[in-house]
Amino acid sequence: MALHPRVAAAPAGTPTNISQGSKTKGGIGESTLRPDGTLKVTGEFAYSSDMWHEDMLWGHTLRSTVAHAEIKSIDIGEAVAMPGVYAVLTYDDLPTEVKNYGLEIQDTPVLAHGRVRHHGEPVALVAADHPETARRAAAKIKIEYVELPVITDEASATAPGAILIHEGRDDHHIGHVPHPNIVHRQPIIRGDADEAAGRADVIVKGEYTFGMQDQAFLGPESGLAVPSEDGGVELYVATQWLHSDLRQIAPVLGLPEDKVRMTLSGVGGAFGGREDLSMQIHACLLALRTGKPVKIVYNRFESFFGHVHRHPAKLYYEHGATKDGKLTHMKCRIVLDGGAYASASPAVVGNAASLSVGPYVIDDVDIEALALYSNNPPCGAMRGFGAVQACFAYEAQMDKVAAKLGIDPVEFRQLNAMEQGALLPTGQTVDSPAPVAELLRRVKARPLPPEQQWLAAGEEADVRALPGGLSNTTHGEGVVRGVGYAVGIKNVGFSEGFDDYSTARVRMEVVGGEPVATVHTAMAEVGQGGVTVHAQIARTELGVTQVTIQPADTQVGSAGSTSASRQTYVTGGAVKHTCENVREKVLEIGRRKFGSYHPAWATAELLLEGGKVVTDGGEVLADLVDVLEDEAVDLELEWRHRPTEAFDLHTGQGNGHVQYSFAAHRAVVEVDTELGLVKVIELACAQDVGKALNPLSVVGQIQGGTTQGLGVAVMEEIIIDPKTAKVRNPSFTDYLIPTILDTPTIPVDVLELADDHAPYGLRGVGEAPTLSSTPAVLAAIRNATGLELNRTPVRPEHLTGT
Amino acid sequence: MRVNFTVNGRQQEADDVWEGESLLYVLRERMGLPGSKNACEQGECGSCTVRLDGVLVCSCLVAAGQVEGREVVTVEGLADYAKQRAEHGGCATGACGTTLDQAKQWEARPSDGRTGEQSELSPIQQAFIDAGAVQCGFCTPGLLVAADELLERNAEPSDADIREALSGNLCRCTGYEKILDAVRLAAARQEEAV
Ligand code: FES
Ligand code: FES
Repeated sequence: MALHPRVAAAPAGTPTNISQGSKTKGGIGESTLRPDGTLKVTGEFAYSSDMWHEDMLWGHTLRSTVAHAEIKSIDIGEAVAMPGVYAVLTYDDLPTEVKNYGLEIQDTPVLAHGRVRHHGEPVALVAADHPETARRAAAKIKIEYVELPVITDEASATAPGAILIHEGRDDHHIGHVPHPNIVHRQPIIRGDADEAAGRADVIVKGEYTFGMQDQAFLGPESGLAVPSEDGGVELYVATQWLHSDLRQIAPVLGLPEDKVRMTLSGVGGAFGGREDLSMQIHACLLALRTGKPVKIVYNRFESFFGHVHRHPAKLYYEHGATKDGKLTHMKCRIVLDGGAYASASPAVVGNAASLSVGPYVIDDVDIEALALYSNNPPCGAMRGFGAVQACFAYEAQMDKVAAKLGIDPVEFRQLNAMEQGALLPTGQTVDSPAPVAELLRRVKARPLPPEQQWLAAGEEADVRALPGGLSNTTHGEGVVRGVGYAVGIKNVGFSEGFDDYSTARVRMEVVGGEPVATVHTAMAEVGQGGVTVHAQIARTELGVTQVTIQPADTQVGSAGSTSASRQTYVTGGAVKHTCENVREKVLEIGRRKFGSYHPAWATAELLLEGGKVVTDGGEVLADLVDVLEDEAVDLELEWRHRPTEAFDLHTGQGNGHVQYSFAAHRAVVEVDTELGLVKVIELACAQDVGKALNPLSVVGQIQGGTTQGLGVAVMEEIIIDPKTAKVRNPSFTDYLIPTILDTPTIPVDVLELADDHAPYGLRGVGEAPTLSSTPAVLAAIRNATGLELNRTPVRPEHLTGT
Repeated sequence: MRVNFTVNGRQQEADDVWEGESLLYVLRERMGLPGSKNACEQGECGSCTVRLDGVLVCSCLVAAGQVEGREVVTVEGLADYAKQRAEHGGCATGACGTTLDQAKQWEARPSDGRTGEQSELSPIQQAFIDAGAVQCGFCTPGLLVAADELLERNAEPSDADIREALSGNLCRCTGYEKILDAVRLAAARQEEAV
């Protein structure tokens, strides 16, 4: 046995302070840089649309041109006959009895059969040797539709005699919904709202509309399916959850899960839009049919049809308050439009209902949230997941109540702000810090951007800073400024009893004379920086500098979804947990080898730091290299956060959530009231992150989330023709996302109040800032214009009354 | 049809190009240079931005045939391009006093056989990493080409200049603040180096 020279020199049994251990560089709390940064700036990082295979074919999807129709016939004759076409598939070509898929309810057809339920639904597939050939062949497929009336809102969905979007539903929600065209409904009753309303000095009612937002990630849906020799298939794809995809793909292909091998390829953003399948099954079907690798890449037009969107919503709210500014009660009804297929609608309903009251203490509530089935495009997960729509409405209400009482809107919120120990309407206790009042205080205390530069600067004013910018529509005349505030609460992780676990495999060994850790998880890195954080956790726990992050694939257990702000918590937790167990194993080896030379091996708390085994007193016991020699420690373990429970179907009571995150915003806007143009000048955010594992990425996430909230406040909306349920603007020309000119400076104030239940005390970060930035911008525009503005996005016509 | 052109200093020849193919498609699918990204293929997002004879273009809007005999620089060649510029103490486009003909004289070394890890980065590439301006990174190649061109013609851009120059490049992840930081950082480092 090779001994550590210094340890060997020390007389056994004598505790000696040999030398001080050094903290490992690049651990948690540092702003270490992304491991994939260099590849991404040189263009060498392989995104899913960059995949290439010799002899590969290109797949294309033919999509429905109408929203609701019976399919009378499909004629593929001309398409098949085209030179360069290898396969044309319709519903009849599906290989097994399983022809639908879905996240929770398997109601989504792989290819439409008998009926199409929304504009853009996939009807047929083509594989050809050039993408343009595939597109042209698809255009040659003849489909005869018999159009049906469209269901586009609550009234048409529940009207007597309304056509059922899904005949013969047999999912587990059907027994609890008032109408089969309602996917899921969740009431929450606590206290007695009617009785409490009697104590109110003011009562404020409001009706709000939230438009359909798109995730608009830049990297299109894409991937490559390669048939393998054993009859299975390998799929390289951009997704948020490999194992969830696998669970849905394998049955439709008629393959056991181990014959569908999935590897994550580079993901160009996700924001919830990659939780559902898009081209995955289609590419596999074409590859298995043709025996050749098949690549599918959506163009932007198809991307707008290829993924679910954020639920548009109608929200009806009533709040009461006493003269001294205390909220008495809240009643609300939230109607979400889930579109043609269920996707994540049931969970979105649970979120919207349970977070509908916001970060405020209101004992008496009467809440109802539901999601409709309609012929609109399917809606599912998007950053903020049900909490966003509610926040837009309750924050507008807070301003209205405050105004009616003549109390400053921030002060009014602070008066009613929840704190640690507060009860949610579900009866669940918020058992970690809830610094709602403090976050508001912080954004309010920040100095305002200098008043109206454009006036002070006179002719010198840079038009680029004005609403309308270089269009040169104003030099300051007709421009007014406003300031608005908002705060929000978002749950972290999957709720309502979901087994929300993650798996990590960690290996530690000596490579090239250095201790090296290898971390393997199935976590989808979608841009959020999980890979950076996993390496930081491994360094912190294992005391090594060198950490290799293995590509995510289905060779390792599930990591759950990269969504719900959960990955750093849950997969980060799994990496931490596995590292701790690897550390124990390493220490066991150390004890076996060196235990007899130093009593600290048995008695002291031991850590791995700077490539060494050290005591908590800082005494170095051995080099990891000498402990491990040619042994490797390799463990794969699952980790779970504390369990949650389902909400009661009638009262909504239950400990449904794991953790909460809070963010507050102050928006400063300037509005050209003549043209209805808005320029957001500043959008300051304060957020509690529990513990910033990587401060640089935390701030980046907050700024990104803030900008998506800004987008839906003033420009982002998928517009559906109410008569035909067709999408009117499936392009970046017509669906606008904020450019660098639309985005103001976003100062971020990060609080770190640890949540004792979470790994390192961290809190999920990604979503909370998306909640409050929208209502803050709306509040600022109202403040500037005096208009009521109960709908988002705000368009010029709403501001000019035209 | 056959198209002959220069990409990142290397003479290229693409055969069997269909008349409707874009420069972006030829670069990505025929040249094996997928660095330029395909986010909208409609000229709206700037992810596919390259320089054509020194001028910024959306390569998705350029028909492959239009590049016959011309010079293209993509993100893959950006480091060499910036290096060459630094060594020759000028810029490669007409915008800052160099004629188009001079620009055409520019020649980069081919960049084969290098992995990302070993690459020498241009100042703007390094600044994007250091400032945390890369998240999913899909917008990054286009932004880098555009930001490098900005710094070439304007060594000390104001925030308004940066916003104006990058307004054709969408980013969905970052909120742009760190992209501004990166351009400021690259400009400051450039200043220091002079
Ligand atoms: S891909 Fe060319 S501008 Fe978007
Ligand atoms: S970093 Fe993802 S689009 Fe910009």
